[in-house]
Amino acid sequence: MIGRVPAKTSNRTLAMAGAAVLLAACAIACGPDSYEIPIETPIKPKLDVSAFQRVLVAGFVAGGSEDIDANQETVRLLRSQLRTKSQLRVIDADILPLMDVAQENAKPADVADSGPREGSATGNDHQQPAAAAASAQPVPLPAKIKDEKDIEPYERLFANTAYWKRIGEEYQNPLIVTGTVLFMPHSRSGFVQRDQEVMDSFGRRRVVPMRTYLERTGFILRPKFVFIDGRTGAQLYSESYREEILYNAQQQTPALSSYFELMDRLVPNFLSALSSQKIKGTRVLLK
Amino acid sequence: MKRTLPIVVASVGVVLSAAPSFADSQSKSRSQARAEVEFGMQVAQRGLWREAIYRWEKATETDPSYAAAFNDLAIAYEHEGQLDKAAKAYEKALELDPNNTQIRQNYELFKEINDRTSSGKDK
Repeated sequence: MIGRVPAKTSNRTLAMAGAAVLLAACAIACGPDSYEIPIETPIKPKLDVSAFQRVLVAGFVAGGSEDIDANQETVRLLRSQLRTKSQLRVIDADILPLMDVAQENAKPADVADSGPREGSATGNDHQQPAAAAASAQPVPLPAKIKDEKDIEPYERLFANTAYWKRIGEEYQNPLIVTGTVLFMPHSRSGFVQRDQEVMDSFGRRRVVPMRTYLERTGFILRPKFVFIDGRTGAQLYSESYREEILYNAQQQTPALSSYFELMDRLVPNFLSALSSQKIKGTRVLLK
Repeated sequence: MKRTLPIVVASVGVVLSAAPSFADSQSKSRSQARAEVEFGMQVAQRGLWREAIYRWEKATETDPSYAAAFNDLAIAYEHEGQLDKAAKAYEKALELDPNNTQIRQNYELFKEINDRTSSGKDK
């Protein structure tokens, strides 16, 4: 009697253990058909900067909102990002007042000059081809930049190889980063769809999409980054971006915090022009 | 007519006998490829992505209709920075299994990164 009970128990245990082993084997064999895995995608730099050891973020032609100095803020932000996220040594130098430089160069040529002084602060204009000089008549530049139209004539400055070569010589031939930054206030009104929590007749909470008319204000950021070879003054590469942010009209967001929020979106793109980046993410492996 | 009939019957017999063996070989190559895919998954989880690429390439050669193998291979190429190869592998995976939401989601995430490398470029 004493011996039979354990025998029954042992049979049952054996059966259960067998079933467990079978289940485990099935779980391993059949297992989940997918597996989420973290990956890091390396992105090669768009620009070959192996010839440079140093980088000079020279300054930007900036305009739009008067609440912030977009030239100074952009230079400071890019320098600090390059210091931590690129191999290049960042040159600490005074920010170039590029608007003044461009305006100075756009002044009508003296009668004694042999040709127009398009976009040059060096007096080396005679080196430019005659045809190019003839086509580049001085154009009066707007004193204040309010929109894209105002910033366009300033872009001729970036084609002035003599000027950039001189800047390059001054700082021992670095890679020069310059460009334009337009940071403009912006407003938009219209219907937007939003999820709203409502109580139904049974007192239950439900989320329903609602179309509401909203007046929103915010900012548009339009930077153009220009990369110049400090050895030759020639433009190597340029890229333009446009980002915007809108808030409820009642919301008072400081211009500077909006500027940084928008620049945050663009900085990885800027850095990927100069240095390799690793973008972290997850993907799903399948069986 | 009398002579044709046995030939037709024999041909049908050959076709019918060949059909199961074709199905057998297909399922055999799928199970071989699946074993490679599973091994690739194990090594990828341990960070051995090159070994995983080798396994998944083998799987796609063994069974070129295996969408999951192309998906996994695309992920490994992406991790190794071989973006052109990754794009081709994802596209092949989607061609084989267009309704697979997981492959599509992987591809969308990949495209976001791939597009970023060329966005904003002026020259």
